[in-house]
Amino acid sequence: MALLTVENLSVGYHTRKGFLKSVQGVSFALAEGESLGLVGESGCGKTTIGMSLMGLLPENAAVTDGRILFEDTDLLKLSKKEIRQVRWKKIAMIFQAAMNALNPVHRVSEQIAEAILAHDTEISEETAMKQVESLFQVVGIPPGRMRDYPHQYSGGMKQRAIIAMALSCNPSLIIADEPTTALDVIVQDQILNAIKDFQKRLNVSLIFISHDIAVVADVCDSIGIMFAGQLVEYGNVKDVFDVPMHPYTRSLLASYLTLDKDIVQLDSKPGETPDLVNPTPGCRFSERCTVSKAACSLNTPEWIEISPTHKALCNQFK
Amino acid sequence: MKDPNTVIVQLESISKTFRTRTSFLKGAPKEVVALNRVSFEIFKGEIFGLVGESGSGKTTTGRLIVKLETPDSGKLLVDGNDITQIKGRNLKNFRKKVQMIFQDPYQSLNPYLSVYDSVSEPLIVHNVGDSATRKDRVRQSLKDVGLSPPDDFFYRYPHQMSGGQRQRVAIARAMVLKPEFVVADEPTSMLDASIAIHIFNILSELRKKLNVTFLFITHSLAAARYLCDRIGVIYKGEMVETGAAEDIIQNPQHPYTQALIQAHPRFRH
Repeated sequence: MALLTVENLSVGYHTRKGFLKSVQGVSFALAEGESLGLVGESGCGKTTIGMSLMGLLPENAAVTDGRILFEDTDLLKLSKKEIRQVRWKKIAMIFQAAMNALNPVHRVSEQIAEAILAHDTEISEETAMKQVESLFQVVGIPPGRMRDYPHQYSGGMKQRAIIAMALSCNPSLIIADEPTTALDVIVQDQILNAIKDFQKRLNVSLIFISHDIAVVADVCDSIGIMFAGQLVEYGNVKDVFDVPMHPYTRSLLASYLTLDKDIVQLDSKPGETPDLVNPTPGCRFSERCTVSKAACSLNTPEWIEISPTHKALCNQFK
Repeated sequence: MKDPNTVIVQLESISKTFRTRTSFLKGAPKEVVALNRVSFEIFKGEIFGLVGESGSGKTTTGRLIVKLETPDSGKLLVDGNDITQIKGRNLKNFRKKVQMIFQDPYQSLNPYLSVYDSVSEPLIVHNVGDSATRKDRVRQSLKDVGLSPPDDFFYRYPHQMSGGQRQRVAIARAMVLKPEFVVADEPTSMLDASIAIHIFNILSELRKKLNVTFLFITHSLAAARYLCDRIGVIYKGEMVETGAAEDIIQNPQHPYTQALIQAHPRFRH
C-alpha cells in the first residue's frame, strides 16, 4: 500500500513571459519506509514537486492537473487550514541552504522545542526538551551542545539540527531538498550517513531531491530522473544504474566525475534548458540528445517499460 | 606544453593572518590564520589544482597570487619577481599578465554592462590598440570560449544569459588581455554538471591554444583530477600534499587526502 501517490501532477508559474510549465505529467508512488531520489539539473522542476507536496507553492504558481494522494487524501483538495494539519506533522521538509534557516538569536534546542510545541499543545515544555534531547541523539549532536546558539555550530551541525527539526513531529514522509549541497564532501558524507541511519531506524519515507546522481544512488531505493519538467526515467536504483535507458540519464552518468573510473575526455554539448512556456510537443531532450532522430522532436515520447520496476520516456526503444 | 623547467609562480613560506576589527563591545581582535607557511610552485603551461574544503585557505592563496591580498611574511615570485612589494607601473604591468575568474558569474559581471563593454574594459584600462583592434580582440575572445557567433552576444546583458554563458563571458574577459597566468576560483560550483564539464573543456582548450598557466581552485578532487596536471591539497591553512594528479588520487599519503577520497560519492556497484 503506497503512502504517497502522485498522479499526473502538472504545476506552472505565471511569469511575465507567459505561463511557465514547470512540472508536467509527473507520476510516482512511494511506499512506507521507502526512499525516492529525484535528480535533475537546476530548473527541471524537482523543487517545485517538493513544494507542491508541502503545500508551499508561491502565489504565482498554479497546479493545473493531477492528484497528490497521501494516506488516501488528495492534498491538493485540502484547505489552507487542513493542510496545516498535515504539513510538518506528517510531511516535513529539509530545505535547501538550511544553514540559514535557524534563528540566530535563539538557542538551537529552544527552536526545535518550539516546533514541537507549536504542533502539539498537549505536552509540557519539559517533555518537549526531553524529545529534543533524543532527537539530537538520533542526528548525532552531543547533548552538551543543546544550549548553544546557531553561530556556535559548524555548517554540518546546523544541518543536523535542521534534520532534527524535520523529525521533531514524527512525520511519516520527509522531503530533503539538496540537504548537502552547501557542504564539503567529508561533512556531506557524514550527513548522508545520518539521513540513511534515521530513515532506516524510524522507518520514515524519504524523497531526496538532488542534482548529484551519485548521492542519490547512495541514499535511495528508487530514482526518478527529471528533465525540463518531466520525469524521463524512473525505477529501482539498481535497475537504473545497471541499465540506464534514457539518453539524458546516460549523459548524466557519463558526465559524472569520479575518482575511480579512468579519465576520458568528455564531450559536452552546452545544455540549454528548453523553453517551458511553449514546450515542444515532441521529446524535450531531443535538441541535446546524441541519438535523436528527426521524428523525436515531433512525436510525443511514450513510456516504455524495461522491467516491472524500471521505465523510460523515450521513443527510441519502440 | 607543460614546461617543468620554468616556474611561473613560486610561493615560499607564505603566511597570512586575518584580524577581526576591534570594537568596544567585542574586545580584543580575534586572529584567524588563513595560511601558515605555505610553499609550492606552479610550472609554466600547467593547470595546477588547489583542493580544499571551505575555510582551508584556498581562495586566500588565489587572491594572494593575483595580489588582491598581501602576505604577512614569505616570498611570492611571479615570473621570478617578488610581487609582494611592487607598485605603480610595475603593478599595472603585473595586472595585465595575471587575471582571475571568480566563482559566481552572477556577481562578477556588472549587470549594467553589455557583454561587449565587460569584455573590452580590460583592453581600455590597459590602453590596448585602437577601437577596431579591440573589437577584433573581443570577438576572438568570445569565440575562444564558444560564444558564437560572437557578434550576437555583444549587446546582451548578464540577465539575458544562462549561468554557463555568463561564466564564459567572465572567462572571455579574463583572457582578452592574453594573460600568462589565470586563477580560476571555483568557476563551476554554481553550475550544473554538464555545463561544468563544458567549462572545464574550454579552460583546457585555452591552455593549449594560448599557452596560459592556470591555478584551478576547487573543493572537488574529481574535478581537479579531470582538469589538472598536478594537485595540491590544502587543509587548515597548510599544504598537506602536492603531486601529479593521478598519483594523489591513486596513492594519497596524507590522512586528510585519504579522508577526502574516502568521502567522495561513488556508485555502489
